[in-house]
Amino acid sequence: MTGPVASLNTAWFALIGMLWAGYFVLEGYDFGVGMLSLAVGRDDMDRRLARNAIGPWWDGNEVWLIVAAGATFAAFPVWYAAMFSGFYLALFIVVAALIVRGVSFEFRGKRDSARWRAGWDWALAVGSLLPAFLWGVVFTDLVHGLRMSPSGLYLGSFPGLLTPVAIVGGLASLAMFVVHGATFLSLKTAGPLAGRARKVAIRLAVPSGALVIGTAAWLSAAGSHGPGQLGGAVPTALAAACGLAFSVSGILVRLGLDGFAFALSALGVLAAVAAVFTAMFPRVMVSSGPGPSLTIWNAASANLTLVVMTVVAAIFVPLVLGYQGWSFWVFRQRLTRPAAQPSPSWRTSARRP
Amino acid sequence: MIMEMLSRWQFGVTITYHFLFVPLTIGLALLVAVMQVLAYRRRDETWDRLARFFGSLFLINFAMGIVTGIVQEFQFGMNWSNYSVFVGNIFGAPLAFEGLLAFFAESTFIGLWVFGRNRLPPLVHTISICLVSLGTVVSAFFILTANAWMQHPVGYRIVGNRAELTDFWAVLGNSTLWAEFPHTVLAAFATGSMFVLGVSGWQLLRGREAVAFTRSARLSAGVALACTVLVIVTGDIQARLMEAQQPMKMAAAEAVYQTSNGASFSLLTIGNLSGQPVFQIRIPHLLSLIATLSWNGRVDGITQVQHAEAARYGPGSYVPVLWVTYWGFRIMVGLGFLMLIASAWALWRSRRGGKPFELGRWTLWVLVACIAAPFLANTAGWLFTEMGRQPWIVYGLMKTGQAASPTVSATDVALTFGGFVLLYTVLGIIDVGLMYRAARRGLGGAEERPSGPPREEAEELVY
Repeated sequence: MTGPVASLNTAWFALIGMLWAGYFVLEGYDFGVGMLSLAVGRDDMDRRLARNAIGPWWDGNEVWLIVAAGATFAAFPVWYAAMFSGFYLALFIVVAALIVRGVSFEFRGKRDSARWRAGWDWALAVGSLLPAFLWGVVFTDLVHGLRMSPSGLYLGSFPGLLTPVAIVGGLASLAMFVVHGATFLSLKTAGPLAGRARKVAIRLAVPSGALVIGTAAWLSAAGSHGPGQLGGAVPTALAAACGLAFSVSGILVRLGLDGFAFALSALGVLAAVAAVFTAMFPRVMVSSGPGPSLTIWNAASANLTLVVMTVVAAIFVPLVLGYQGWSFWVFRQRLTRPAAQPSPSWRTSARRP
Repeated sequence: MIMEMLSRWQFGVTITYHFLFVPLTIGLALLVAVMQVLAYRRRDETWDRLARFFGSLFLINFAMGIVTGIVQEFQFGMNWSNYSVFVGNIFGAPLAFEGLLAFFAESTFIGLWVFGRNRLPPLVHTISICLVSLGTVVSAFFILTANAWMQHPVGYRIVGNRAELTDFWAVLGNSTLWAEFPHTVLAAFATGSMFVLGVSGWQLLRGREAVAFTRSARLSAGVALACTVLVIVTGDIQARLMEAQQPMKMAAAEAVYQTSNGASFSLLTIGNLSGQPVFQIRIPHLLSLIATLSWNGRVDGITQVQHAEAARYGPGSYVPVLWVTYWGFRIMVGLGFLMLIASAWALWRSRRGGKPFELGRWTLWVLVACIAAPFLANTAGWLFTEMGRQPWIVYGLMKTGQAASPTVSATDVALTFGGFVLLYTVLGIIDVGLMYRAARRGLGGAEERPSGPPREEAEELVY
């Protein structure tokens, strides 16, 4: 079953792509900050700073996932059913990780015990690391293709998802989010914590870009199971753009242009998601047999659902972007260590000019 | 079969757990917003401190509600993929709208309220918590739109293996939704109020901040009383709708086997529920009144409805698990009336303006114990309405037995079910412990309040 490209089906495919992109650009940095809080935070105050740097937003960032999943459910029920049942255990791990990291924000400061706090610091770090890796696996698998039944459901098991290329894809997303989180911390905090985050960004910018390009190259070398309509050029160009954006981001960090560096790492994540979606289009789950691929036609809801969804999205997506953007503006100032609690490693000179 | 049974248990356990936090979130958001508005309008320090104190309890609970909510959304696709394909056209849209219209606003404005205390103008700060409260109600509306469609599907046609949307306004105007939504949201407000009343009572018992906690007790007793009355009224409306739309559920609520006119209502039954009660207390004609609003109205019995549904939908049992529906209904209704009495009495005893809440210690302890009532009533009510719909997942259209994911193995579900139970148990213990500590802490000394220039650094490090 196919239809015209200029249709609501295409529009919703694009919008769902944008929702995922929004999710990865936003929660991507707070996954990164979560991992880095343990890796570059030297003491309790560093970890608190890192945590509070994402404090006002992490929850709003996560809603992008809920809306992306809900929009998929509504616009492409067959895709939603196949993807969520197919990635069953992977998504369980993601959800369990999101639960543990989510409550860690509220729970950590509620008891005055070093062990208690250290425990929740680990919860945040591991709860960030697992989804950062597994989302890469999931989306690499989506592009690479899975064994699908004639009724459009995944036929394999959890280990079947962890193919070599998917693991590389997972490492690519993990590395991207670490760098993205590092550019965020460079921008949002001041002092030695920001300094160490910058070092991470500089060191990992090129490798993370290379991992994305490597995954893309491997996927195109492996050959797709029936090509997408856009051909290989568009996603390849986007993957290259992602690699370039991350490399440039590293240079900008070195030059001290924190804002631009963060913008570039955000653009890099955006390009990576765009590469995934353009590689799939017009398919939504690529099949390596025996069943057909799911497409924006055979997985979609009927027209009226798409019309209603379009009207609501046209009104409320700009509104959401408006107030989320405003919230970012309100809390734009850099976080510094409170003067009341100086620690030996704290130096005023480390504050950026 | 095993996979389906485990998936039923997993969904039941995770949703019941999730719904312990949701009503408290909705109810506390309202009360904290009211306190914040009073603080702003009257430039009142005490209301502000109360808003902070109950806000800290709200936030712990809110975090649990958010993280357990993601599980619910994902489970439709993970464990119930046949269901998802069948209903996605209609059911998916409210879920997406819930995120887009409610969750974004809640999560963004709660961040602004928590972190923006000294950064935002007081009016904007106050509006933030009001928008959070509004968001929780909008969220309830959309998720109940989805649930009402499962209870009473409207505005659709069946095409192949799925239900397609034909009339979106019919879905939004579903009579079941408009009975369920006020009933559920008011019950949530009552939950938040009983919680505030109980915590305030506890603080009064400990002799802390008598003036402040008298205020919060009086406010919450008033809100609880008003909401409980309305919960009973809307529940009554819902009962008659249920008799018309899902006669089996009404019959199962009473475990009444034979259709009768002027049916009596049993307060409690001892014995087996297969039609041979050993001991009963019955109120004549009450069931007919509840179900039909007339003294001798006809109430369908389980046997008759079973025959009618078998004739209509084919052979099979259409009877839900009766002990759950029978007792679920009674626990819900009984606790509702208990909350009505408790809140009315607390309000009556606190009517003297300005004086501390002059209740005896014994009464205060009763109010503390009453914190449990709304949680038990909410759980009983939802178990009744969801299990009373069985064997249907979508009433009259799809049975739960046809809804599970065909390609997910029982082993996988056993793993995730075990994982959720373990994780939820640990987090539940921690959550209750932290709520207890936060509630015990009280308002904090007045000297902690910054009176001079705001201490920005400390305010930014909330976590």
